[in-house]
Amino acid sequence: MEKQKKGNIVRFNRWGYYFLIPFIVVYLLFSFIPLIRTFYNSLFENYKSGLNQIGPNFVGFRNFVDIFKNGDMLKYFGNTLLMWIIGFIPQIFFSLLLGAWFTDPSLKLKCQRFFKTVIYLPNLIMASAFAMLFFTLFAGNDSGPINGLLISLKIIDEPFAFFKDVVAVRSLVGFMNFIMWFGNTTILLMAGMMGIDPALFEAAEVDGATATQVFFKITLPLLRPILVYVLMTSLIGGLQMFDVPQVLTNGKGDPNRSAMTLIMYLNRHISVSKNWGMGGALSVVLFFVTGALSLVVYKVSNGKKKDNSYK
Amino acid sequence: MERKEKGMGIKARRLLAYIVLIIISILCLIWFYILFINATRSKGELTQGFTPIPSTHALENWVNVYNGTLPIFRGMINSLIVALSSAVVSTYFSTMTAFAIHAYDFKIKNAVFTFILMIMTIPTQVTALGFIELVQKMGLEDNYIPLIVPTIAAPVTFFYMKQYMDSVLPLSLIEAARIDGAGEFRIFNQIVVPLMKPAIAVQAIFTFVSSWNNYFTPALVLHKENMKTLPILIAQLRGADFLKFDMGQVYMMIAFSIFPVIVIYLILSKYIVGGVTLGGVKG
Repeated sequence: MEKQKKGNIVRFNRWGYYFLIPFIVVYLLFSFIPLIRTFYNSLFENYKSGLNQIGPNFVGFRNFVDIFKNGDMLKYFGNTLLMWIIGFIPQIFFSLLLGAWFTDPSLKLKCQRFFKTVIYLPNLIMASAFAMLFFTLFAGNDSGPINGLLISLKIIDEPFAFFKDVVAVRSLVGFMNFIMWFGNTTILLMAGMMGIDPALFEAAEVDGATATQVFFKITLPLLRPILVYVLMTSLIGGLQMFDVPQVLTNGKGDPNRSAMTLIMYLNRHISVSKNWGMGGALSVVLFFVTGALSLVVYKVSNGKKKDNSYK
Repeated sequence: MERKEKGMGIKARRLLAYIVLIIISILCLIWFYILFINATRSKGELTQGFTPIPSTHALENWVNVYNGTLPIFRGMINSLIVALSSAVVSTYFSTMTAFAIHAYDFKIKNAVFTFILMIMTIPTQVTALGFIELVQKMGLEDNYIPLIVPTIAAPVTFFYMKQYMDSVLPLSLIEAARIDGAGEFRIFNQIVVPLMKPAIAVQAIFTFVSSWNNYFTPALVLHKENMKTLPILIAQLRGADFLKFDMGQVYMMIAFSIFPVIVIYLILSKYIVGGVTLGGVKG
């Protein structure tokens, strides 16, 4: 009897493997093999020079040496990081502020659902279309509505060429990232803030703490795991920055490649210059950087899970 | 500063909160409002600066876009095919993966679960080179299979399904179905999937939207004009000689890429915003 039951369970549990088959097969085929092939490609010299195909010849780690030596990757890494920071600072500031307001019971804000719906909306918008929209709105010629508006308000005398100015292009990319992502971050942080024991806030109130003190002395320290999570996932997302700068600058990253991101660079290697050796090396570097950051995310969210189960 | 805060009454703080919220909301919405207005205006009207009132040329712009050089309408159909298929395939199989981990006990279970969590945040871009090499070798360029099938292995969707399943699917229910003689595959299709409907709906929306908006991978896979999805056509629009274009048409094309998602969102926003919280706080 006992034995038969156990046999049954084992028989059923085989289905665990069966149900995993689609995931595992698809993952191996479309993610794992590509990853191995990417690593493999990074060890070969393989590009087109004019009409001639050079390689593939095995060159060991020379692509990695080249990609660090020629400096482009580090420059684009700097661009990516800078544009991410330009967006992330207002993003985290407003997310914390709005999150604290939405979850503050004494404020009793009305229309919360409306505001949450509105701030989350830009996150769902097609980034390439949003960038195209910004390009038309900020265009430097007469058809650019923003220039038209600034001129009619007498702020400037003649059209300002936004897309020929390093600061303007980088700020626009950062600003668009901010608008697209702060709603998402707000909702994440709110969930964290609502998880804080209300007794702590009540105790603080009894002790006569101000809203500012409560925020900096209670909310912020207790939010630390979620803040680390938000920071890391945002950084990983930032390193993938592609659609917005690609469409905004027509894939060139101009002016002077100052808005060229790492993934735009990768995209050039894959589909424009067809330099798969260098593209592979760049991918491998990106893999290790995002992998390390992912490990931090994994550690943080796992630590959090233990906390929750303890409660 | 500190002292000033202390003096700030609840009413003043509330007022400040509303002012900031209204400004932020305007900052989020104004772009889409301008887009909507400009998509209804003719080429001539667009050169005369901005007005806040919609004009009457929307239909005309749409007809021009439809007959224009970029196959935007075809692109919409293509995007729809890819996004809908991805949403169905991804949610169904992610539920299946979650079910495997949730309901059964087998040796590598924990290892698989940990592995999926660890690969969750690794971006697809870093494997894009090998991916496109594989697609070319399999002769799957200009095909939707490499855009749809990989969504079967979606760690984030899986994770959401797993969490939801933990809260709605007691193992005793599966046990009861077994006693009634149902096979495991039938249990999954007829008991688990219906129970998971709310979670499937939320993740279907997210998968649909991210597939609809996806630009990087489709641009590498699709090269034939009549196979391209909307984001590729939009990027092409950016690359085209801009001055030759009728700006009314340009706005109309952008509007047609953006507004379907906005409409879906406004209808389903309650579930979407709730879904972000559930899926986002991974813990």
